[in-house]
Amino acid sequence: MIIDLVWLVPLIPLIGFIINGLGRNTLSKGLIGFIGSSVIFVSFAISVGIFLALGSDANKSHEVFLFDWISAGKLHIPLSFLVDPLSAIMLLIVTGVGFLIHIYSIGYMHSDEGFGKFFSYLNLFIFFMLLLVLGSNYIVMFIGWEGVGLCSYLLIGFWYTNSSYASAAKKAFVMNRIGDLGFLLGVFFIFTTFGSIEFSKIFPQAANMLPGDHTIALIALLLFIGACGKSAQLPLFTWLPDAMAGPTPVSALIHAATMVTAGIYMIARSNLIFDLAPLIQHVIAIVGLATAIVAAIIALTQTDIKKVLAYSTVSQLGYMFLGLGVGAYNGAFFHVITHAFFKALLFLCAGSVIHALHHEQDMRHMGGLRKKLPVTFITMLIGTIAIAGLPPFSGFFSKDEILAHVYQHDKVMWAIAVFGAFLTAFYMFRMLFLTFYGKYRGTHHSEEKIHESPKSMTIPLIVLAVLSAFGGIIGVPEALGGNHWLSHWLSPVIKHTGESPDHATEYALMAVSVVGVLISIAVAYGKYIKQSHVPAPDEAKRSVLANLSYNKFYFDEIYDALIRKPLDAISVFFYKIVDNKIVDGIVNSFGWGTTEASKGLRLMQSGNVGFYIFMMVVGIISLLLYTYLSL
Amino acid sequence: MEQLLLLLIFLPLLGALVTAFSGNAAKHVALVSAIVSLALALVMVCNFTPDASTQFMVNYPWIHDLGINFHAGVDGISMITILLTNVLVPLIILASYQHNYKSSNAFFALILFMQTGLLIVFTSLDAFLFYIGWEAALIPIYFICAVWGGKDRIKVNMKFFVYTIAGSLFMLLGLIYLYLQNPAHNFDIQAFYNLNLDSVQQGWIFWAFFIAFAIKMPVFPFHTWQPNTYTEAPAAGTMLLAGIMLKMGIYGVIRWLLPIVPTGVQDWGHVAIILSVIGIVYASLIAFTQKDAKRLVAYSSIAHVGLISAGIFALNTQGMQGAMIQMLSHGINVVGLFFVLDIISSRLKTNRISELGGIAKQAPILAITALIIVLGTVALPGTNGFIGEFLLLIGVYQYNIWVAVFAGLTIIFGAVYMFRMYQNIMLGKTNDLTITFTDVKGSEKAVLYTICALIIVLGVYPKPVLQLSEASVQHLIEQVTQKLTSVN
Repeated sequence: MIIDLVWLVPLIPLIGFIINGLGRNTLSKGLIGFIGSSVIFVSFAISVGIFLALGSDANKSHEVFLFDWISAGKLHIPLSFLVDPLSAIMLLIVTGVGFLIHIYSIGYMHSDEGFGKFFSYLNLFIFFMLLLVLGSNYIVMFIGWEGVGLCSYLLIGFWYTNSSYASAAKKAFVMNRIGDLGFLLGVFFIFTTFGSIEFSKIFPQAANMLPGDHTIALIALLLFIGACGKSAQLPLFTWLPDAMAGPTPVSALIHAATMVTAGIYMIARSNLIFDLAPLIQHVIAIVGLATAIVAAIIALTQTDIKKVLAYSTVSQLGYMFLGLGVGAYNGAFFHVITHAFFKALLFLCAGSVIHALHHEQDMRHMGGLRKKLPVTFITMLIGTIAIAGLPPFSGFFSKDEILAHVYQHDKVMWAIAVFGAFLTAFYMFRMLFLTFYGKYRGTHHSEEKIHESPKSMTIPLIVLAVLSAFGGIIGVPEALGGNHWLSHWLSPVIKHTGESPDHATEYALMAVSVVGVLISIAVAYGKYIKQSHVPAPDEAKRSVLANLSYNKFYFDEIYDALIRKPLDAISVFFYKIVDNKIVDGIVNSFGWGTTEASKGLRLMQSGNVGFYIFMMVVGIISLLLYTYLSL
Repeated sequence: MEQLLLLLIFLPLLGALVTAFSGNAAKHVALVSAIVSLALALVMVCNFTPDASTQFMVNYPWIHDLGINFHAGVDGISMITILLTNVLVPLIILASYQHNYKSSNAFFALILFMQTGLLIVFTSLDAFLFYIGWEAALIPIYFICAVWGGKDRIKVNMKFFVYTIAGSLFMLLGLIYLYLQNPAHNFDIQAFYNLNLDSVQQGWIFWAFFIAFAIKMPVFPFHTWQPNTYTEAPAAGTMLLAGIMLKMGIYGVIRWLLPIVPTGVQDWGHVAIILSVIGIVYASLIAFTQKDAKRLVAYSSIAHVGLISAGIFALNTQGMQGAMIQMLSHGINVVGLFFVLDIISSRLKTNRISELGGIAKQAPILAITALIIVLGTVALPGTNGFIGEFLLLIGVYQYNIWVAVFAGLTIIFGAVYMFRMYQNIMLGKTNDLTITFTDVKGSEKAVLYTICALIIVLGVYPKPVLQLSEASVQHLIEQVTQKLTSVN
């Protein structure tokens, strides 16, 4: 059966990595691109087969055992894979979107000298991402989890001769590691609580437990900390905008469509544990909402096209966590899927613009590109509408599903979340208008060279645009006459999903958000098209709020002052004072003491015979006294 | 099979003698000897039954009147340390190929001489023999560091030597005390295990042994000889010290401390764990701002060894098995790191981080292999370092959650200092100094590729190695806990 061949899905990209890695300097670019893309296509084809086989199979959970990996005492960690509805659909996204981005990269990276290296890293990333998705226990998941972090490090620092890029890469890795410690500790608690780290052993036990257990709450909290690192939530989100230093296809694949949604995937996978920890769910909802709003506010004033998209990703991830927090696991995962389509699309469109403008990323130097880049414009428009959440584009369905559940949960949170959605529509259309409307603001010289991207880039854009437009079809709610295929598909994994409001309320909620989004677009239209407003240069004076937004609420500066600098100061203090002066000083004092004592004792060897005799007499008397007293 | 162990122990000594008289061909002779030793170790692994028994046993009377025997044997724990020694020695010799040391015959002979000392330590079942091996391993490394080291070598080595000798004397006192308590009046390890010491006696022995072993590893606060010694020693010396010799301390704890004084461990083990964990955080933090790469790695080694030590004193299978595989992994990784730094310093005459940068552009192979070694060091899953650190942390976690939280900081801190170093050396723009850098070739490639292969193979399929020691480790833990319950 094809499901038993699931190990081929990650193995084939790994082979691609090895071939392209070894042949990076010798193989032709055409061959490298072909190998790199076709291995992902083969994986995609197998994933489709697995998906179909699973659909027609009564058994919705297959474990495929490969070999014993780590074993010590009662701890057994097999390298084995789990094929169930959740992982099967994730396989499709990773390999499907991944394949499109590989194709796109052939065009985007064609003139880069690191072409071979790039494709080998990309293949390695897919390999690790598939391990993450397929792992049948938390530790195999963790191999993928840290492995994608490594690839993220390698690809952010792809142009490593630029030291700020290399620093961004390191920052991403370290911040992820903070979360990873939480993840690992969570796994330790799971091991001692459930006696296993296998999903198939843990979740049946969790299903029989009652909510409110402290250990379970701690497990949920620690896993969530892990998710915060990987999925860029407050307070660990600052690495993601910096990660834009990587080539744009990387931003699309890793920092938008797949890797950063790993935290949501992990929590959705562990939904039975999180259901037992209502307090932690509440924390997740608050953190998600706060992240969504903070990132949306920052996105309002950014001028770098990729930074806008990066903050929008952080914000959208926040919405997904908000969904998880209110128990809308289906909604959150639905948003993972639609977001993978439209955010990958938006990044690739941005890449197409950047490619056309020869690495210009500042929107203040763009404008009027609608005619020159027609395919990019139309596809980006579709992506923008999808993320803004207008029906019938995909983002509308997934976002509104989350919002409807939030409304049931807490009206205030709903109001804030909807407000954030309006901000989203505003900053996304701001980006679209600044880029494609008005007059071109670059140099005349550069204007002549602007050209639409090659087919290898535009075809992936078109495919993703179609998915962004119609992808919502998998989760049309009952209120709109659908039957929400996705929630039926996921029901073997996600048993409970929060309640949605009655149809009348749902219509009202949709109406509020659609009208609000339209108003936001109109405001953006008025400002950036009617008034042709262009964001001010960096050094311009801004209002307090605009200044906070423009400077990203000074998160980096605060972390620098509160964490990095004090730790470095402690480091120097420990080294120079504690280690060299105190600890080593004590050690040296033994040596010094010995030398000094010997100097003192040396003086007794004076050569004066009278003194020697005197000392002898003292000695004999002492001995006699000692013997006498001890009798 | 008896001969096999004797051959294993004394072949390097023979190799050392031949090497000493082979003039310019010394390094080749030494390499051949080390490779034959490795082959012998592999033969031994193949003939080893992975149960708790002691195998390949030899027992010859030596100094009869004092009850001293040449008594040695191999169980799973010894097997791992033998593998460690015999895998690393050929790598270290090959890594020294790039240098043209004066009197290289003496240099390579000393390495092989040390190998015999180490193998005696890792196999002896007689306390006197153990002590002989313990000091025999120190003499060659002293000369290697003192003759071929950096400009501060004499002063730094003096301290290293006096410090470790002082520690050994505590151990010697402890061993003699045990000998005197032993009604059979011999140095047999089994007799020592069977002694019934009260908790006060065990406390004294615990500290006498612990200080000796803690200095060797080193564990905070007995570590201050280490950074200077590692920095001043020639590369091969640093590799021998960090890769193999410090494992004598770890091995000593496992073989000679835990089973002999279980009550001492029960009373004082928490102090050892706390010191170890302080060492992890403290040394990691110090590594943050080190300016010399070699010193940075030296401090990172204190942190890594602290985790191993904590895992051992946690006294559970996961922690102990983690320690076993991490001894091997740490040896491989730290030799790799010091080798990369040696390649850099032999080309550019500096290991100061601020003077380097952009080497990746000039030497992509070195950059890739160095990255794999760094990844092993920061315990990325799929590398050897992860297996050890994961098992150690889960072992420590079962001892105490908070200890695991602090010990776990190594996951974050390790990434900080290692990636800082990697970035500042390898990435960024090439400068006037590093523009002259040439990529690795020949013997350098052979060493780096071997190390990288070991890192990945052990990380992906650690089962054969874990299986070697599992039964012995479990036996040891049972032995300790049984003794404890019978006392209580």
